[in-house]
Amino acid sequence: MTEKERDEISGTETTGHEWDGIKELNTPLPRWWLWTFYGTIVWALGYVIVYPAIPLINSATPGVLGYSSRAELDQQVAMAAEAQADTVARIEELDVASIIGDEELARFARAGGRSLFKNYCSQCHGSGATGAPGYPNLNDDEWIWGGTPEAIYATIAHGVRYEDDPETRFNLMPAVSEYLSPEEVREVSHYAASLSGMAEGEATAAGQQLFAENCAACHGEMGEGIAEMGAPALNNAIGLYAEDYEGILAQVQAPRHGVMPAWLGRMSEASVKQLAVYVHSLGGGQ
Amino acid sequence: MALTGNEIHEFDIDPVNKAGSRQPLYAPRKKIFPKRVSGSFRRFKWLVMAITLAIYYITPWLRWDRGAYAPDQAVLVDMANRRFYFFFIEIWPQEFYYVAGMLVMAGIGLFLVTSTVGRAWCGYTCPQTVWVDLFLVVERAIEGDRNQRIKLDAAPWSAEKLVKRVSKHGIWLFIGVLTGGAWIFYFADAPTLLNDFIRFEAPFVAYATVAILTATTYTFGGLMREQVCTYMCPWPRIQAAMLDENSLTVTYNDWRGEPRTKHAKKAVTEGKPAGDCVDCNACVAVCPMGIDIRDGQQLECITCALCIDACDNVMDKLGKERGLISYATLNDYNANMAIAMNDDARIEPARVRGGDGKLVGAIKQTNWRSIVRPRTLIYFGIWSLIGLGMLFILFTRERLDLNVLHDRNPLYVQLADGSIRNGYDVKILNMTPEARLVELTLEGLPGGSMRLAGQSGETSQQFILDVDPDKVLPLRLYVEADPAQLSGPQHPFAIKVEDVLGDESTKVDVRFESPRE
Repeated sequence: MTEKERDEISGTETTGHEWDGIKELNTPLPRWWLWTFYGTIVWALGYVIVYPAIPLINSATPGVLGYSSRAELDQQVAMAAEAQADTVARIEELDVASIIGDEELARFARAGGRSLFKNYCSQCHGSGATGAPGYPNLNDDEWIWGGTPEAIYATIAHGVRYEDDPETRFNLMPAVSEYLSPEEVREVSHYAASLSGMAEGEATAAGQQLFAENCAACHGEMGEGIAEMGAPALNNAIGLYAEDYEGILAQVQAPRHGVMPAWLGRMSEASVKQLAVYVHSLGGGQ
Repeated sequence: MALTGNEIHEFDIDPVNKAGSRQPLYAPRKKIFPKRVSGSFRRFKWLVMAITLAIYYITPWLRWDRGAYAPDQAVLVDMANRRFYFFFIEIWPQEFYYVAGMLVMAGIGLFLVTSTVGRAWCGYTCPQTVWVDLFLVVERAIEGDRNQRIKLDAAPWSAEKLVKRVSKHGIWLFIGVLTGGAWIFYFADAPTLLNDFIRFEAPFVAYATVAILTATTYTFGGLMREQVCTYMCPWPRIQAAMLDENSLTVTYNDWRGEPRTKHAKKAVTEGKPAGDCVDCNACVAVCPMGIDIRDGQQLECITCALCIDACDNVMDKLGKERGLISYATLNDYNANMAIAMNDDARIEPARVRGGDGKLVGAIKQTNWRSIVRPRTLIYFGIWSLIGLGMLFILFTRERLDLNVLHDRNPLYVQLADGSIRNGYDVKILNMTPEARLVELTLEGLPGGSMRLAGQSGETSQQFILDVDPDKVLPLRLYVEADPAQLSGPQHPFAIKVEDVLGDESTKVDVRFESPRE
């Protein structure tokens, strides 16, 4: 064992490490650094005593302050709810159209509705409310069950074909194929396709006749749809199931029916109203 | 190794960790008692100190009239309303690149200064230096100059020492409070905040900021002092890379100082060579970093030049030329050394002095013209270009701005009549302190029309809107068009906003999205 080597210039010991002729000095740390280090230890000890710190099997040591981030969250949520209580009460009182008329309430309801929509509605209608085949797009200007604030509210509150709610929106499209021949089904489907100008549309006199007898009662003389009955318009660029003739044919042969749950009862009336305001604000509200 | 009579080997060896030779793991601070000095650099430092402190303390109290809709504080960082005011300039958050530009300029400015005159930032203008200087003024006023302070420090505790120490630290803390106190006034209306602060009605963050800055000022300026520069600051490490052989740095000119001797006359009579340095240690005594400049350039040296003043005073008394310690470039120093060295590589005073006792003409003196050289000119050029560029942008910038964000989800909406609707979040920014009437129009969208969300009824080709002074008007804009009339599924067009009464206008290029067939 040799004596520790000292650097000639600085008089400091070296660590014995050498790279390319450069030796590492073992310069003593300044003492204030040591005190800072002790300070952090003291701080850590205090922290362990005051705050939750050491993990146990099911929880952690609680700390003398009893602090918990979950409790703090609950507290903040409660504070937020309390701060919003007056606004929510006013929303509860007013009808949806009046809420939309009040700028401050409408802003609040849109924000709340947006959040509720992401939680409860986006699974079917999509996060941008664009829908999918069978799930209506809520941005556009066609409304199967009506696009006024109150109509939207009623649809959200009571759902569509939702058996547990006696006030639910309900209709069924009959399976026309049971009493029409396959030839006639194709004829009327071609006619229906012609109403919106589809490529395979054919407005034959026979087709028109069949449409008037079997479809016009719900969908209207010109296929304009009747919102009170929940019958979609057939004479425009928007289709719920069908984007082309094949889709129309499939729907006429074996109609599909979507179900939407009733939300009143699952969430408060104020929440349903906020949702209605939000959906109404998406661009197509009437 | 030696042999004793009993033929037992005695080894001349020490354990590596022998107490006497053991190096401590942690070095205590060596106390420094900088002596007061007078001279031209000291005067310059007083001046810099007065100016920098005045800027720091007075700036928030300057007023600047901006009309009814903006604060009248000349320099204000308004966090709550997200505005930065600097005299006639108002900066919005999206114009933060000015701050980035200022930081780039500060960086290049430091390159420029360092490559020219060394660590002038450290020595004269760094807040650490200025406040340590200020704290030393207090220390000297209470405890006296160097010798008295050393004596007081060594003396046992007495009532007098206690009074002096308590009052010194008390005043330091008071300065700390004033320092932290001045800081907060940059972030709120100063008179209002001062009033609230005194009545304990100011926001908590104001008190916390003052407390933290009081603590840092007191600790860094009073207790840690030179240790901040030596251990904590990264700048000394970086600056070594910026100095070159033409940078002016505080230099001990050993070509005329060595061999140093305390007994110059005796040496001369004995025929020994004697340099100009009389080894009086005045340069060490005044050094706020506690180092000896005669050891050459060192990391600790902040180039405050106080040793120059101290040495010049001594040279004056000795009747010799000033400048034994001076600002010199490495090039000049090396040239002078070459003159002074004899064949044995020893410094020979006779070689730098002529027969008349004056320095020979070949000796290079401090020459401030070394400031101008390609490197510094390039730094200065870059620095000025950025500055001029920023000024140009500043004076030509739009005060009516438009932000447009196209909806991502949904990208477009198919409407019943076959047309397509696109949604945009539009923000009209009125960056002037007056209300404005603006016109919103579409440009380059055939058959296009628009509608504002929340307004029912027909679509329109243009909207006339009120924008409040110094405010953003957020709009939700629905644009409708027939895809058959457009150039493709991504039709480019512009949304334009125009000041109805003025001539400012701005437009944003956006796309109109339609389904791909």
